[in-house]
Amino acid sequence: MKAPLSWLKDYVDIDIPAEKLQEKLFSCGFEVEELIDLGKDISGVVVGEVIECEGVENTHLHVCKVDCGDKGVFQICCGADNVKKGIKAPCALVGATVYATAKDHVTIEGVTTIKKGKLRGIDSFGMLCSGAELGLNGDLYDGADYCGLLILPEDSVNGADVKPIVGLDDYIFDIGVTANRPDCQSILGIAREVAAVLGKKLKEPDYGYKAVKGNYEKIKISNLAPDICPRYIGHYVKDVKCAPSPAWLRKRLALCGLRSISNVVDITNFVLLELGQPMHAFDLRTLDGREIVVRRANDGEKIITLDENEFTLKSDNLVICDGKKPVALAGVMGGLNSEIKNDTTEVLFEAAKFARDSVRKTARSLGQHSDSSALFEKGVNEYTTERAMHRALHLIQQLGCGTVTDLHIDVTTAYSRTNEKNLSVSVSKINALLGIEVPAKDIVKILERLNFKPALDGDNLTLTVPGYREDIDGYPDVAEEIIRFYGYENINGTFLPSASITNGGFTEEQKAENKLKDALVSKGLYEISSYSFYSQKDLDMLHFAPDAKERNAIRILNPISEDLSIMRTTLAPSMVNVIVRNLRRGNMAGKLFEISKIYLAKSLPVCDFPEEKSVIALGIWGKYDFFDLKGIVNCIADDINTSFEYEPCEKPFLHPGITAKIICDGVKVGYLGMLSPAVAEELALDRFVYVAEIDYEELKKHAKPFKYVPIPKFAEITRDLALTCDAAITCAAIEKEIYSACKYVTGVNLFDVYVGEQIGKGKKSMAFKLTFTPKDEPIENKIDGFVKKILNNLKFKLDITLR
Amino acid sequence: MQKKIDEIEKSIDEAVQDVKSSKTLQEIKMRFLGKTGEISSLMKNMRDVPPEQRPSMGKLLNALREWTENKFAAIEKKLKEFELKKKYSDEKIDVTLPGRAPENGAYHPNTLIRNELISIFAGMGFEVFEGPEIENDYYNFTALNTPADHPARDMQDTFYLAPELLLRTQTSAGQIRVMENKKPPIKILSPGKVYRSDDDATHSPMFSQMEGLVVDKHVTLCDLKGMLDEFAKKIFGTGVKTRLRPSYFPFTEPSVEVDVSCFECGGTGCRLCKGTGWIEVLGAGMVNRRVLEGCGIDPDIYTGFAFGMGIERIAMLKYGINNMKLLFEGDTRFLKQFKG
Repeated sequence: MKAPLSWLKDYVDIDIPAEKLQEKLFSCGFEVEELIDLGKDISGVVVGEVIECEGVENTHLHVCKVDCGDKGVFQICCGADNVKKGIKAPCALVGATVYATAKDHVTIEGVTTIKKGKLRGIDSFGMLCSGAELGLNGDLYDGADYCGLLILPEDSVNGADVKPIVGLDDYIFDIGVTANRPDCQSILGIAREVAAVLGKKLKEPDYGYKAVKGNYEKIKISNLAPDICPRYIGHYVKDVKCAPSPAWLRKRLALCGLRSISNVVDITNFVLLELGQPMHAFDLRTLDGREIVVRRANDGEKIITLDENEFTLKSDNLVICDGKKPVALAGVMGGLNSEIKNDTTEVLFEAAKFARDSVRKTARSLGQHSDSSALFEKGVNEYTTERAMHRALHLIQQLGCGTVTDLHIDVTTAYSRTNEKNLSVSVSKINALLGIEVPAKDIVKILERLNFKPALDGDNLTLTVPGYREDIDGYPDVAEEIIRFYGYENINGTFLPSASITNGGFTEEQKAENKLKDALVSKGLYEISSYSFYSQKDLDMLHFAPDAKERNAIRILNPISEDLSIMRTTLAPSMVNVIVRNLRRGNMAGKLFEISKIYLAKSLPVCDFPEEKSVIALGIWGKYDFFDLKGIVNCIADDINTSFEYEPCEKPFLHPGITAKIICDGVKVGYLGMLSPAVAEELALDRFVYVAEIDYEELKKHAKPFKYVPIPKFAEITRDLALTCDAAITCAAIEKEIYSACKYVTGVNLFDVYVGEQIGKGKKSMAFKLTFTPKDEPIENKIDGFVKKILNNLKFKLDITLR
Repeated sequence: MQKKIDEIEKSIDEAVQDVKSSKTLQEIKMRFLGKTGEISSLMKNMRDVPPEQRPSMGKLLNALREWTENKFAAIEKKLKEFELKKKYSDEKIDVTLPGRAPENGAYHPNTLIRNELISIFAGMGFEVFEGPEIENDYYNFTALNTPADHPARDMQDTFYLAPELLLRTQTSAGQIRVMENKKPPIKILSPGKVYRSDDDATHSPMFSQMEGLVVDKHVTLCDLKGMLDEFAKKIFGTGVKTRLRPSYFPFTEPSVEVDVSCFECGGTGCRLCKGTGWIEVLGAGMVNRRVLEGCGIDPDIYTGFAFGMGIERIAMLKYGINNMKLLFEGDTRFLKQFKG
């Protein structure tokens, strides 16, 4: 919200500098996001009167003597065509700063410092300036768009600073207005706050006008959509004379970034800025049947708006129609067909309240946004709707651009809101919420300044809330009004002196997760956090089949981009992408993990809460191999006091010979493996990448409570066995057989694998260290028997022999 | 006999003269003191000595034995010292060579901050509650006093999955789930991922928040301030102060924006605080009566406050990270720095 200081001063006697006002606004909840000093680049420019002016032969130049009052009289060489003796113009003295303009004398090319110069051999001690050189245009200052000297009023005092004369001593406050204060989306709204924070009286704008009575042809307004148009006011103005607006009006619009169009249209824009009520003016001769109908659009109905864009409408778009056709997109923009033209003579002014949501939906669905739609989306109050119409009519009379008739049509509906509301609140409750005692007289003073008409009777405070404050609803709102003016610095920290004691801490699940993360970090893994969404392309990257279950992903209806359009069903693509990014950046080896959710819909398209499942993803690359990853996976089993089994399996993106499923208590909990050479080649990876994914929710079910087991009374005994077997037999199969053959075996650890000539083709040799743990008695003398039994079993079951 | 003894003594002296190693010394020892050694042989010969001479002979021989043993012991000691010295010098290493240990990994900075925050608030009696990331319109907006046409919905650009299902835009959604199921006193923290369709150097479509909620009898704005003072000191340093200023959230009234005094410059103004001396860290306020009512908590008996902060924002401020993207890229050069 942009509010020029000069404009605010119309309503409040502001007697503090702009920076101080900025602080005051900040303290009461209005953060000035930018304080724009209009004259920040201009300095050392004073009023200069040309007292001598002679042409320089064969040039367009004039050599002038310029009287700059107490600054002195200077010889200045000037090239402007309108320089002549007797005029007063801005004179930039040596050392002054002004804007440098391009050859077109309009485009600003930066700030320049005026130096003593020489033109055609003639000394020049300064520069007479154009409007553009001061950063002005014709709307900001009358005559400033002339490509020559800016002529100043004759009564300007020679040598006086030019900035106050041309309005460059002004500031614009760009204010962040919170969503609960749509009433402050206007200059008057900000002025109300300024008045309150400075303790000054607010001077309301003039709403007065004299209606000319007459027997005018009737204008009919009907409202067929009262739920989204609670109020519609129309007023008939005749004898309209379209003309350019006066300088003061053009300047006000220009300061707020609006272009002047014509007096009638400018009045509607002025009211929009001043009061925050969007208005519209229809050329009455274009309205079929002198009629307005507010209704929902018919599906497929078309309208061309003022900016000459055509839209095809739907039934949730609210339109303003005449007897036949849509003439405006309600609250968004007028129609081209009813636009005010230079020869318009009869106007129907519109001031209405349209529902926030309706305007928002229309503006969004059509992609058509305007200052008007922005205001309606934030919320307009009917208190202002009424006043805006009066104000516009006042301005019509002030500018003399039409005859205000007494044909006023005010369509109220069941959805209209009455203006003022009475509220009764308890002072002690307000203080109890704040935690401090605000003196009653301060409470009354603050609420008086806000025009809440407070009446205090003991603890009971009766208020009449102004119609523009729709946000005030209960005592906490009043408490907020009080504290933001009384000052948040009066809130002293306390520590729940009377609250109950509660027991806090991490949940058991978080403790377990932190412990698991500790284990992974201690194994040298770094934790990552990747986006919860990706695209089908990421699933393509990992060769998931078109019918793979991972493809059943929940789609975001309004994704930021196609790359982030589906909720992930597996963490693998995210992990692979992170590894690829690392490799491309020259991070040639690494170990990563992530514990995040995947999102599994019960059905698609999703209509119910989906399952959110925690998954552990691991990824290692560079100097590591499959068994490094498997070691890490085992450490996850250790962490929850269980163990995993592994069986070969296949995944579309993993090497079919170097992939295993992870099994816990007979249930598959995940997989690990090497990224397949095909995928690696497509991604141009020159390092081996290994990934694992474990269903953390499933895994949690298999966590075993830790329990201490007494240390055996007798020492453990180990035996090494070198076995020869068929090359296809897995380590796991042998381990399993050994365990089942002897209950005293508590450890089977492979320490060597040999394949080669010495044992023959299709065979391999595996060496294991077996650990035997005694139970109640020593077992030294039984070991040979155990080993024999184990070997017999291996021979019998798997045809394995001792090497 | 004396002669024999002298000879032995002499030959011992000769034998040990050039001894360089314990091994040779051991051999010499065997030669004289071994079972068949020269001194042992003399001892054995005692039986050939006439009985009357035996005591004096015995004395002489014992003296010889003792002398020999002492001699060997002394030399052995010297040799040991010498050998140890040599061993020390042979085994000397360059202690400045790099150390070796399994390399530790690191937590993600978000996890570090999240855990630090939970620890701080756990000490004040907060429990943790984690709600779902995919929420419905009711929990994310309506129950938080943000009905469908409310302009505050524009404050957050929401990702929708279905007309009624969305990716939560705020962990405040969890507040409602807690208040529906738990009666006061309530003191909870709700950390988690949230989503908004925003993407630039300071915004990410996914980020994390930490929400705090206290509902009890006699809870005041001063209590909110006191608790946040404590939080600011613990996370940013003991000298850090907080400042409240008016703001707006639909689910709190009054609402405040909370700034901390700049921990970089101490409040004098610097680049981090953009010259203001203050840094915005979180939003907070007294829980709106309508929110309490909607959850079946009588707002005339109970009051409460809530606060919510961006975990990435705290991490970026605390660690001086300038681009939010870095947190989600997983670049090991970035991650490695958070080992401490």
